[in-house]
Amino acid sequence: MSEARAQIIQSIRRALKRDALNAEAERALADRLAEPKRNLIPARAARLDHRAQIDLFVRMSEEVQTTVARVSSAGAVPGAIADYLSQRNLPSRLVMTPDPQLDDVPWAERPMLEIRRGRAEDADQVGITACFAGIAETGTLMLTSGPESPTRNNFLPDTHIVVMRGEQVVASYEDGWTRLRQRRRAEGQSPMPRTVNFITGPSRTGDIEQRIELGAHGPRRLHIVLIDDAASA
Amino acid sequence: MQPTSHAFKANAEGALGNAHLQQALKLMRAGFPGRRAAAIARLPEFDDLRDEAKAIKDHVLANLDFYLEAFEKNVIAQGGQVHWCRTPQEACETVLAICRRLDAKTVTKGKTMIAEEIALNDYLEANGVTPIETDLGEYIIQIRKEYPSHIIAPAIHLVKEQVADSFRATHRELDPKRRLDEAPTLVAEARGVLRQKFLSADVGVTGANFCVAETGSTIIVTNEGNGDLTQTLTKAHIVLASLEKLVPTLEDASTILRVLARSATGQEFSAYTTVSTGPRRAEDSDGPGEFHVVFLDNGRSAMLGTEFQDMLRCIRCGACMNHCPVYASVGGHAYGWVYPGPMGAVLTPSLVGVDEAGHLPNASTFCGRCESVCPMRIPLPKMMRHWREREFEKKLSPATYRAGLGVWAFLAKNPPLYRLAANAAARVLATFGGARGRFRSLPLAAGWTQGRDMPAPQGRTFMSLWAARRKETGAS
Repeated sequence: MSEARAQIIQSIRRALKRDALNAEAERALADRLAEPKRNLIPARAARLDHRAQIDLFVRMSEEVQTTVARVSSAGAVPGAIADYLSQRNLPSRLVMTPDPQLDDVPWAERPMLEIRRGRAEDADQVGITACFAGIAETGTLMLTSGPESPTRNNFLPDTHIVVMRGEQVVASYEDGWTRLRQRRRAEGQSPMPRTVNFITGPSRTGDIEQRIELGAHGPRRLHIVLIDDAASA
Repeated sequence: MQPTSHAFKANAEGALGNAHLQQALKLMRAGFPGRRAAAIARLPEFDDLRDEAKAIKDHVLANLDFYLEAFEKNVIAQGGQVHWCRTPQEACETVLAICRRLDAKTVTKGKTMIAEEIALNDYLEANGVTPIETDLGEYIIQIRKEYPSHIIAPAIHLVKEQVADSFRATHRELDPKRRLDEAPTLVAEARGVLRQKFLSADVGVTGANFCVAETGSTIIVTNEGNGDLTQTLTKAHIVLASLEKLVPTLEDASTILRVLARSATGQEFSAYTTVSTGPRRAEDSDGPGEFHVVFLDNGRSAMLGTEFQDMLRCIRCGACMNHCPVYASVGGHAYGWVYPGPMGAVLTPSLVGVDEAGHLPNASTFCGRCESVCPMRIPLPKMMRHWREREFEKKLSPATYRAGLGVWAFLAKNPPLYRLAANAAARVLATFGGARGRFRSLPLAAGWTQGRDMPAPQGRTFMSLWAARRKETGAS
């Protein structure tokens, strides 16, 4: 296939009426990749202060059928989840990622929640994960894969519960990328995890007569428990 | 698949008489355009974002060799592989070779138009590998042995009763007396059937909305989550992408994503935007063991530097067909190949030849709606005109049409003669149009008057009215 590669590259250059780029042009493009520049970012979220960004994140999430519970501390998370499950008659057996971000929640205070930590399987009905960031602009969650956050947990269970903190809310996708690059550089990791999932609402399809139905292949329900110190204020 | 674009006229006639199709198209007309307009009204920066999105793609196309090589380098650095394929045949062989090496029996597929273009399903099946479409629309048309009629809503030509019939005929292991009259039941049934397929598949194939040179990542945009289960639960993730999917950075992809979903479905953002980089890492507890990007050229590099280069900016949102009066009347199958609507009318002749697809650029009213809604500002009507010119040059258009055009061109190049002929025609038509003021039929124009009346001229020609007025006002 290397013959095909050479031919395709050659055919592109012939069409562009030039040879390979000269060293200077190539350096300019390499710099463009090494120092990614931001393009226009809509004012919708970017112009707001952080508190208002959190409010916008919640509003935009609810617009796409995500439900949000705001609690004032990690201590209130198990109760909020238990309430959510019982109101909807959902099972209290949960699979939870081994993500250390979830470690300071006092899960044991609610022994009714039967929690297994690990990778989701087909039989798991309800899953809990953390996330990397929340994008206020469109109510989008940003989740990254890793040893403590397997991707399948975001998709297999019927109900996906995400526990996150107010400070994880950023204005734009670009803010998310900046944070991710900084984090991975600081931790000496490769530039990108295997998977970054941007999730905006539960799974849906409009493939039958354009009527939106939730729960096509991924979760039918997406619920966010937002730990926000100012929530009670 | 074998194109039937040459039979557009017959296809279109059949489509106009197909009651189910007309019912489905009515739903489409009531859905997509209004939702897009509402989404755009909420984003004041939309037009500026379109300009930036266009500029990004123009920049990529001008430096495509560089960005392809940079992307390849980064895929390899993350442990993935890149395969370069000139033709559909090479791409099919590449996918099959990976499946064979992994001893794959079944392949789950996310929605990919490139797989349709190269007819991957037929090829895999002929070679003993079972492909399973997992996007609901694609699954429906796979079990009906059809091909997509829309690039983002492949089963948009069907109504739910047709889907129910197909499910009954295919899911024979389920209770034959079950009720299937509502969409939620159909969605739930497909979910159940396909979940088992996801869990047992060996290889997952997806398309790519973007290939990011900066990181060697591919990006897919879906609403169902099927593309995610496809690539997460299998031994290998194969990405099919055409050359023009490149973008420089994650920031550039983010800009184009802002115009993509809004133009396509009127969503602020699709439910799932997934960025995939290489295979699973050694310490990860899931993800595909291998990551392959299969690049397809299939005539695209030859479009660079021509009047069709702008078409390579297309991000496959489907807005042009959602707003096209011709598509909305005849649906996608009339176009006779995998890409319908205005974008298909431009792209199909490039990929399968103007001899086969010459009708498509003619199947346009040139109303310009496609260009006005295109997020990448692709001048679709202009390019359809280029194809009409090529068709004319190759003498592919019908003799009567060419003769008529010849007479018109002769007159148009002789203004006094043109005026004389126009005056005479106006007088003759006004006389014969008589009191009714219109014609039910005209010689040599039966095709035109079949569907509507030709209005008779009201009086004199514009030029003679203009001359008379100048005389009256005393202008020199």
